[in-house]
Amino acid sequence: MKLSKTQTSTRRSSWTRRHLLGGLMALPALFALSSNALASEVNTTGLAVTDDTVKVGILHSITGTMAISETGSVQAEKLAIEQINASGGVLGRQIEYIQEDGASDWPTFAEKSRKLLVNDKVAAVFGCWTSASRKAVLPVFEQYNGMLYYPTFYEGLEQSPNVIYTGQEATQQILASIDWLKEEKGAKTFYLLGSDYIWPRTSNKIARKHIDKLGLKVVGEEYYPLGHTQFNSVINKIKLKKPDVIFASVVGGSNVAFYKQMKAAGVDLTKEKPLLMTISVTEDEILGIGGENVEGAYASMKYFQSLTNSNNEAFVKAFKERWGDDIVIGDVTQAAYLGPWLWKAAVEKAGSFDIEKVQAASPGIELTTAPEGYVRIHENHHLWSKARIGQAQTDGQYKVIYETEELMEPDPFPEGYQ
Amino acid sequence: MFADYSMPELMSIFAMQGFAGLSLFSIFVLMALGLAIIFGQMGVINMAHGEFMILGAYTTYLTAQVFESVMPGLYGGYFFVAMILAFVVTFALGALVEWLMIRHLYHRPLDTLLATWGLSLILQQTYRSVFGAREVGVSLPDWMMGSIAVTDLVEIPINGLFVMVLSLLIAFAVYLLMFRSGWGRQVRAVVQNRPMAEAVGIDSGRVDRVTFALGCGIAGVAGSAFTMIGSTGPTSGQLYIVDTFLVVVFGGAQSLLGTIASAFTISQAQSTMEFFLSGSMAKVLTLLFVVGILMLRPQGLFALKVRR
Repeated sequence: MKLSKTQTSTRRSSWTRRHLLGGLMALPALFALSSNALASEVNTTGLAVTDDTVKVGILHSITGTMAISETGSVQAEKLAIEQINASGGVLGRQIEYIQEDGASDWPTFAEKSRKLLVNDKVAAVFGCWTSASRKAVLPVFEQYNGMLYYPTFYEGLEQSPNVIYTGQEATQQILASIDWLKEEKGAKTFYLLGSDYIWPRTSNKIARKHIDKLGLKVVGEEYYPLGHTQFNSVINKIKLKKPDVIFASVVGGSNVAFYKQMKAAGVDLTKEKPLLMTISVTEDEILGIGGENVEGAYASMKYFQSLTNSNNEAFVKAFKERWGDDIVIGDVTQAAYLGPWLWKAAVEKAGSFDIEKVQAASPGIELTTAPEGYVRIHENHHLWSKARIGQAQTDGQYKVIYETEELMEPDPFPEGYQ
Repeated sequence: MFADYSMPELMSIFAMQGFAGLSLFSIFVLMALGLAIIFGQMGVINMAHGEFMILGAYTTYLTAQVFESVMPGLYGGYFFVAMILAFVVTFALGALVEWLMIRHLYHRPLDTLLATWGLSLILQQTYRSVFGAREVGVSLPDWMMGSIAVTDLVEIPINGLFVMVLSLLIAFAVYLLMFRSGWGRQVRAVVQNRPMAEAVGIDSGRVDRVTFALGCGIAGVAGSAFTMIGSTGPTSGQLYIVDTFLVVVFGGAQSLLGTIASAFTISQAQSTMEFFLSGSMAKVLTLLFVVGILMLRPQGLFALKVRR
């Protein structure tokens, strides 16, 4: 893996440290080592950086309800860290991670992030999944000045110097998909359906504004409590309203119930009457839902496991070698994988682990090796990335059928959509 | 709000909606019966009820895997085997839990609440360690998927019918067991007056163990059936636990008939309101409605009249 724009002029030779790593490292490691700077120079703020190692944190739920979703992110981050170490580390230093469990509990996330920043003095944290957990840790990261790499696609309306958002904000996920539905599928009427919390509500607000703007019509908008398992009534309503498109942002265990019951009620998604567009079902969720129940549905994401480019093929191969052949990789897992690489690139551009310098170096960082293709960090700390639409297949994979030609600009505070 | 629709359309929607209510009813009955037996007959608040259901679901998942790899020809019938296995496994675990834990806590009902809650956490983490944190997909044999099209709009889901028949059968079996068998008479005797029951020679310890295990076994069968309509993951049991307690408490803890009546009331209220309002509002109103009734009738819809 090679990253562009990572060469810096501030590195200095430090041959004396060569013996510490022994003969374990391959050539690239030796090269990196040869340009190792003293810890006191690349770390002026007392972070956990020695001459050969740097500590980072991984903060996800590995117990509790969110473990279902966050497991993939943990695996991706560990893989990225291992790959970076194998290729010589960051500024010649091997990454050591400290993993903490947020336990699906938001105050626990805040407490653990304080522990990582104050006691462990980690140089960066890769973590959080739900918006609620991110909102809980945000004040901690701002108070103690840490760096958080947050992987999930989310509702936007946030921008912090201490966070790099490696997933899509809402407009990147929604606008392109509605344009596509209008142009390719001739969709005129939409039924918006979601779980009842901030992300689906904000997403649907943006969707509704955009649908109105295009002169199309929303015929129903509905929210069900998280964990709801009975969707027969809303399926009947959908049958009555006959929308062209069901725009779904149902999450968690509800997802499984919703698609199984749709199928049982005789709604065949492959007939596309109505057509279903989801912004919440990745390959990970299909594992639980079952490919046969969601076949034919469209999803709007930036990454699908089935993408055919050499970066992604290498990534999928490495991921399966590390975590087993049965594993699937969803959108967020890929975004989590970007975190350590983006951090490495920023640190090496800055020539320092200091948070301020990494923050200053971050905008403009590009990654040509991202599995999703090329990405770049925007001034607003979100990523420029493409929007893609895939169609679910029985084997649980998506077939990619559309991608935007240009990178979409992240716009966490979209004007006219609030 | 109905002006846009033709008469036949409306008729079919009401038929569909009626069916949705009935299938919700049978789901409620299925999840609540096991708890009603344990909570109602023994006074044990079993917070791990959902986890027993998920144990049944995982048993179904494993059975499906075995059938798929060992005897694909018989795959169509695996579900029946799975349900029996689910019952056996959860029954056995229930008996074990009763022996190890519950029987020491009979005189401390609030402690059983804590202990079974702890048990639910232990079970969740066990599932997570054994099956992984991600949800597993339980696939159904082809004949159980899809629906019977009555008219263009009216379609009856086959697995909905299946759950309905199953919950009727189990409710009937529980009725026979409780009210038409010698064992049922012993259970009722122990519930009504434990010292007297013991005095006439009933082994109340054994009755307790079998009752608890039976409640767990029924939860296992329910969990097995719910793989058709819901998710199977380490924490999926939590999705059902609130509704289950709601149904049992609203019905009057000690009355099985009450449980069924309350399942019917809540399911019809909820599915009707879901149709006219949004999903979240329907839930709020259902809860308010239940709270209101319980304020007027704290003992629930049906209460057992016993001289204490």
